[in-house]
Amino acid sequence: MRRRRFMTLAGALTASQALPALCAVAEEDPLAEPIRAFAAGTPVREGKVVVDTPRLADNGFSVPLKISVENAMTPADYVRAIVILAPRNPRPVVATYHLTPKSGKATVSTRVRLNGTQNVLVLARLSDGSVWSGTAEVVVTESACLDES
Amino acid sequence: MLARVRVPREAKRGEIIEIRIAIQHRMETGFRLDNFGRPIAKNVINALVCRYNGTEVFRAEMGSGIAANPYLQFHAVAEASGEFVFEWTDDAGERGSERASITVTG
Repeated sequence: MRRRRFMTLAGALTASQALPALCAVAEEDPLAEPIRAFAAGTPVREGKVVVDTPRLADNGFSVPLKISVENAMTPADYVRAIVILAPRNPRPVVATYHLTPKSGKATVSTRVRLNGTQNVLVLARLSDGSVWSGTAEVVVTESACLDES
Repeated sequence: MLARVRVPREAKRGEIIEIRIAIQHRMETGFRLDNFGRPIAKNVINALVCRYNGTEVFRAEMGSGIAANPYLQFHAVAEASGEFVFEWTDDAGERGSERASITVTG
């Protein structure tokens, strides 16, 4: 009886010690919060999202980025929103796009700033609520943010 | 704010058309300092909306991670002749707009 009590106590102790460590890890990932905000509890599945960028960008001030979500765009089934996340940027949420069935095609191109070499993560939320992801690694030789303009 | 939009002048009904917009804007990140070492306030175009005959077809929320002179390319389904209206706002509250008309045949 006594031993059992000791064990539960020990178990509780280790759990309480492990918990802050877990929280610290979650805080360190700059994308944890933006992903949670966008996915709203829905598990993020890999696929459907194709991110097209040059593999190597001479400077991070203006990197072309093309996003294509391979999904229908009908009133019954369409891509509702897209978010671009750059984990090494001081503000990881680069842009959010909202589409409608009238968009016809879930393809968006833009130019982004990248603060150094990183894996750009793009999430897409469909009209059925599912969330899909795609990534692209961009090697940046001269990063944005350090220099002027 | 200067802007250039490109919408095809003519399209067939049901055709998916390509829309491009480029706006002249510094997209100030808020991380830079001026010549006196004082921080330059963040000022980016934070919202842009595109409406086609009054119906929203595309909307963007942008941050400092978007390059200066923001450029966007997206699509829309040509449904009826009419007008595309683009409107945007920056952090300083300045607004801009641009429009383009389209003739839809068939």
